[in-house]
Amino acid sequence: MTIDVIPFYLFGAIAVGASLLVIAQRSPIYSVLLLIASFGALSGLYVLLDAPFVAVIQIIVYAGAIMVLFLFVVMLLNAPHEEIEEDLAREAGPHRSASTGLKVFGVVLAVLFVVELVWALTRRGGESGAFGGASVTSVGAIGRSLFTDYAFAFEVTSVLILVAMVGAVVLAHREPVGGKAPWGEGAPRSGPPE
Amino acid sequence: MFMTPLLIAQLGLTLFVFIMLLNSAAVMVYVERKVAALLQQRMGPYLVGPKGLLQPIADVVKLMFKEELRPAAADRLLFALAPIISATAAIAAFAVVPFGAETTFFGLLDEPLRLQVADVNVAILVLFAIASMSVYGVVLAGWSSNSKYSLLGGLRSSAQMISYELSYGLALAGVLLLANSLSLSDVVDRQAGAWFHVIPRWHVFLQPIGFVVFMIAGIAETNRAPFDFPEAEQELVAGYHTEYSSMSFAMFFLAEYINMVTVSAVATDLFLGGWHGPFLPESMGWIWFLVKVGAILFFYVWMRWTLPRFRYDQLMAFGWKILLPIAVLNLIVTAAGVLYFGL
Amino acid sequence: MPTLSQYLVLSAILFAIGTAGVFVRRNVITILLSIEIMLNAVNLTFVAFGRALGSSDGQIIVFFVMTVAAAEAAVGLAIVIALFRHRQSLDPDTFTLLKW
Repeated sequence: MTIDVIPFYLFGAIAVGASLLVIAQRSPIYSVLLLIASFGALSGLYVLLDAPFVAVIQIIVYAGAIMVLFLFVVMLLNAPHEEIEEDLAREAGPHRSASTGLKVFGVVLAVLFVVELVWALTRRGGESGAFGGASVTSVGAIGRSLFTDYAFAFEVTSVLILVAMVGAVVLAHREPVGGKAPWGEGAPRSGPPE
Repeated sequence: MFMTPLLIAQLGLTLFVFIMLLNSAAVMVYVERKVAALLQQRMGPYLVGPKGLLQPIADVVKLMFKEELRPAAADRLLFALAPIISATAAIAAFAVVPFGAETTFFGLLDEPLRLQVADVNVAILVLFAIASMSVYGVVLAGWSSNSKYSLLGGLRSSAQMISYELSYGLALAGVLLLANSLSLSDVVDRQAGAWFHVIPRWHVFLQPIGFVVFMIAGIAETNRAPFDFPEAEQELVAGYHTEYSSMSFAMFFLAEYINMVTVSAVATDLFLGGWHGPFLPESMGWIWFLVKVGAILFFYVWMRWTLPRFRYDQLMAFGWKILLPIAVLNLIVTAAGVLYFGL
Repeated sequence: MPTLSQYLVLSAILFAIGTAGVFVRRNVITILLSIEIMLNAVNLTFVAFGRALGSSDGQIIVFFVMTVAAAEAAVGLAIVIALFRHRQSLDPDTFTLLKW
């Protein structure tokens, strides 16, 4: 065990631990913050894998933009915690067995995934070796590749982002004319409808 | 052991940068009040120490002795975490900013050490990443205080920060096109020398619009006037840091000033030639760096006490409808220029 | 230097955690967060393989996956907002209008 694997285990432990806490937390805000911690650990792993560009892009895009979006939505919706009282209140109802069964199925599926993937990925001798190839870390090389070999995918991605932007605005749009307030008092209003 | 002189020098440099950043916040407190006084034709602090030079110390002592309040309904963990995130992001951003040429400290070291805590080859992107992370301090402060003023101020402030981040990044991209490298040391090295021995080879002469966009976006990013609507005293009490007192407030305060210093330092490195300047040998270039950063900080304070603040919708409209198209146009023109003139 | 299989095992664990999260949680936003965990596990796999094979293709695909994840998160959250307006609830079990 050389000293090189210590950062890997450290970042790996943070990533796994934070992800476990994300799905175990009651409050959505804590889930979002823990996921940001997990992304930070993954960014460290990317640096270990000689991919500094991806590491920084991970922070900028995932932790710095997508998670801010999640945080805004959680705050604006004043997202309620998953009520544990609701669970108990519906114990007599027909939904109980369905949701509990679903949870058990989810956990069993996850365990099966882990076992299967670990078995498949560590079975052959070839993949368990150390990293052989030379590392391509230069951002210039990635940029050149993006604009020559993958130029079509790059342009389609920009159209995709445009579509997503328009779609998000249309889906979340609120009719400005009349109507009752969609949710209770205290919500920020966007000015008087003329 | 593995304690080479270079490693010791590197650790010493890290500690030095950290302490200097904290000191710079204190200096900025004094400078702000004196310059404000100058602009308003009054005297400013003059009681504490000669010419009021000990005023920052008095301020810090006052803040330390204030009672640390926390609203009863506030989320305890997030309330404590928010100022930590703000201050950490502000200080961490300076880790990749070079402030001096390679020096051997008068021959004490075997190999020259560049005056930069971490010479990363994607330094420009790292700056952008840490600027994205500083949004969290603001938005969590607003949310966890459980107060209307704080929540509104926090949401507005973070929306402003993420809107102006785009123009910030595009202005950075303009410099990236000129410098052909993401490393800040390379960008500064490229600005050495002068054209016709008179005009220094700074990027501000090649990218004037980029510089203006960067400064405006930087002022908006640090929530300073005229973009400080989210913490405007007349409208929102104090915005996202309303409920904070004593050392937590001091950390927000610190974070704002250190952010100012970092933006000024980055602007100096990217546009104003970093530590290059006439009359001084390269190893004393950090003096020029300080002069340039000081000039930009003076400009910052001057702006605050001269211009009225933007209204929030004007602020957002300006960021999205005016500044962003200008930044994109600047990028296109720069790209065309690099292609045709081979700059 | 950790071996490739160690990275792959780590990403497998993360993927499984994400999958469990999608089934176990009953809050739409947390389900979306679990999907993000899964996407990140896949990103890690891509970068690890890209490094092992010495090509930059892994990082390029990660670039595209991140962009798609951003677009999907934006649209998904817009849908969540629209749903919340109708039912005042983030529990996916309450959206049963189409159930026969």
